[in-house]
Amino acid sequence: MKIIVCVKQVPDTNEVKIDPVKGTLIRDGVPSILNPDDKNALEEALRLKDKMEDVQVTVITMGPPQADEVLRECLAMGADEAILLSDKAFAGADTWATSNTLAAAIRKIGDYDIIFAGRQAIDGDTAQVGPQLAERLGIPQVSYVQEFEMDGDTIRVQRALEDGYEIIKARKPVLLTAIKELNKPRYMSIGGIYDAFREKEVKVWTLADIDVKKDEVGLEASPTQVKRSFTPEPKGKGVMLQGTTKEMVEQLVIHLKQKHVI
Amino acid sequence: MHFQLTREQEMVRKMMRDFTENEVRPLAAEIDETGRFPMETVEKMNRYGMMGMIIPKEYGGAGADEISYAIAVEELSRACATTGVICSAHNSLACWPIWKYGTEEQKQKYLMPLAKGEKLGAFGLTEPNAGTDAAGQQTTAVLDGDAWVLNGTKIFITNGGTADIYVIFAMTDKSKGVKGISAFIVEKGTSGFSIGKKEKKMGIRGSATTELIFENCRIPKENLLGTQGKGFAIAMSTLDGGRIGIAAQALGIAQGALDETVKYIQQREQFGKPIGKFQALQFEVADMETRVNASRWLVYNAAWRKSAGLSYGKEAAMAKLFAAETAMYVTTKAVQLHGGYGYTQDYPVERMMRDAKITEIYEGTSEVQRMVIAGAVIR
Repeated sequence: MKIIVCVKQVPDTNEVKIDPVKGTLIRDGVPSILNPDDKNALEEALRLKDKMEDVQVTVITMGPPQADEVLRECLAMGADEAILLSDKAFAGADTWATSNTLAAAIRKIGDYDIIFAGRQAIDGDTAQVGPQLAERLGIPQVSYVQEFEMDGDTIRVQRALEDGYEIIKARKPVLLTAIKELNKPRYMSIGGIYDAFREKEVKVWTLADIDVKKDEVGLEASPTQVKRSFTPEPKGKGVMLQGTTKEMVEQLVIHLKQKHVI
Repeated sequence: MHFQLTREQEMVRKMMRDFTENEVRPLAAEIDETGRFPMETVEKMNRYGMMGMIIPKEYGGAGADEISYAIAVEELSRACATTGVICSAHNSLACWPIWKYGTEEQKQKYLMPLAKGEKLGAFGLTEPNAGTDAAGQQTTAVLDGDAWVLNGTKIFITNGGTADIYVIFAMTDKSKGVKGISAFIVEKGTSGFSIGKKEKKMGIRGSATTELIFENCRIPKENLLGTQGKGFAIAMSTLDGGRIGIAAQALGIAQGALDETVKYIQQREQFGKPIGKFQALQFEVADMETRVNASRWLVYNAAWRKSAGLSYGKEAAMAKLFAAETAMYVTTKAVQLHGGYGYTQDYPVERMMRDAKITEIYEGTSEVQRMVIAGAVIR
C-alpha cells in the first residue's frame, strides 16, 4: 500500500511577529517547524505502516531548499521517502497554484491508496490545499478527520463537526485531512535521525520534473491577492466587578444599560 | 576547526528537547518527592532509541555519535537529573563495556537486548571498602567447573534492582592485586544474587541506588567479560566514557538552573523593578553563563575525541570535573538569586542544587578527576 503525506514547513507562529509597516510576517530569527496538523497526518500513515506489511510512506512538500529540514524530520519519525518540490517558478504560490503543483507531482508518483494532509497550516490557516488537491486528482476527500479505521479497501472515518461528528465511509484512493484529535504524533527516534541523513534521501523535483506548465504554478498562477495584513487591535482590559453579589449585579445592570445592551 | 554541530546532532537536540518537555519535565518534581523510579519514562526512552544510543545498529543500537549522546543526557538533565543518570549509566556503563570487550556471543545475548532497550543495564564496581580505591575489591570470583562463583557486596549501584543485566567486577586472583580483578556479566534473577538496601539520597532521588549482594552466586563460565585479570582496565576505560555522560548530566543541571534563574529574575520585582535590572545580579548571571558554556565545550570536545578514536581520558576527566563544579556553582547561585523562594520546593532550583552535588562524587570524585588530569600532565 502506498500512502502519500503532504506536509509544510511553517514559521512557529508562537514566535512570529508582523512588520507594522509592510504588513508582512517577520521571519528573521523565527524557528521553522513542521506544521502541527501535518504531524498528525504523518502519524496516522505511520500507524498503518506499523500495523501492516508493505506500506510505503512518502512525504511531499513544496517549498524553498530549507524545507529539506522538515522532510528529514518526517524521515526521522519513520517515513520511507521524501520529495521536495523546489523551484523558483513555484515561489509566491497561493493555495490554487500550490495544489496544482502538488497534484502534478502526485500524479507522477502515481498508484497511491491514501493521501493524508494536515487540516491547515498555522501560517495561512486556509485549509484549502488538501481539498483542492483531491478535486484536481478527481478522488474523494474527507476533511477534519478525527478517527480513522480501515477494513480491506473500505475506509471509515469520523469527520469532526462543531457539535459532533459524521461517520463517513470511502473507498481508496482517498484524501483525508487530519486534525489534532486524530492521534498523538510520535517523536523522531535517535536511530531514525541518523537514518534520515545517512540512509534515506530527499528527492528534489523542479518544474522540469513534473508535468505542469510554467504559467500554471507560482505567483503568476495565483488568483489570490493579499490586500493588507494587520494585527488586530487587542481588546481593552475587562472590568472586574467587586462587592457582594447584590452590589455586583446592580453594577452589572448599570453597565449593561449604559451600553444599551438592555 | 569549527564549533558547529552536525545536522544530526542539531536534530537530536530538537527531538530530545521536545521529548523532555513533554515526557520528562512533568514528572521531575514528583519522582524527586517520592523517590519513585520512573519506569514509564525508561519505556519511552527505549522506544525512541535513547537506551543504546552509541551502540552500532547491527547490535540493536541507534548508531549515534558521542556528541549526540552527550546532548541527549544534557537535555534530559536540564529538566530531570534522575532521568539523565538512568540513561547515562545504562549507555556508558552497561552497553559500552559489553560492546567494547564482549565476545560475539555475549553481544548477541546481552548487548542486543540492552541496546534495543528491552533490558536495563547497571555496573557494579564500588564496594563498602573500595570506593575511590577501586582496586581494593573484596568481592571474589572463583572458577568451579563450568561456573564462576561470586561472593561479596557492591554498594551505591545506579539502576540497582531495576536493571536486568549487570557488569560486575570481582577479584579472581588476590595475589596479583589490580591485575587480579576480572569483569563479569550477571543477570538479574541468578540464584545467589540479590538486591540489598535502597539508599535514601539527597538528590537524583528517582534513580534507584542499591546494594548488590552475591552469596555463592554461580554464573556461567562464559560470562567472564574480556580476559581474566583485565577487569580493572575494563573498569577504568568504561569510567573514562562514563564521565562524559556524567559531565553531560552536570552540564544539563547547570543549564536548567540557569534557565530557571534568567526567567525568574525578569519576573521578580523588588524596589519597583525586575531584579534582573540590577547589575550585581546581571554579573552573577554572566558568570553562570560563561561557566556553563565552558563546560559545554569541554564535554563536547571529550565526546568528539571519543567518536574520532582519539585518546579522551584526560579530556573526559576535565569535562566531568569542570561541569560538576559548574553544576554546583550555578545551582547554588540559582537558589541565591531566587531568594527565599529558591529554598522551597515551589521552584525547581532547590531540587537542582541537591541533584548537582552527586556529579562531584560519582563515577570518580572531583579529587579523582584531578588525579587523572595531573597524571596525564605530569609524567
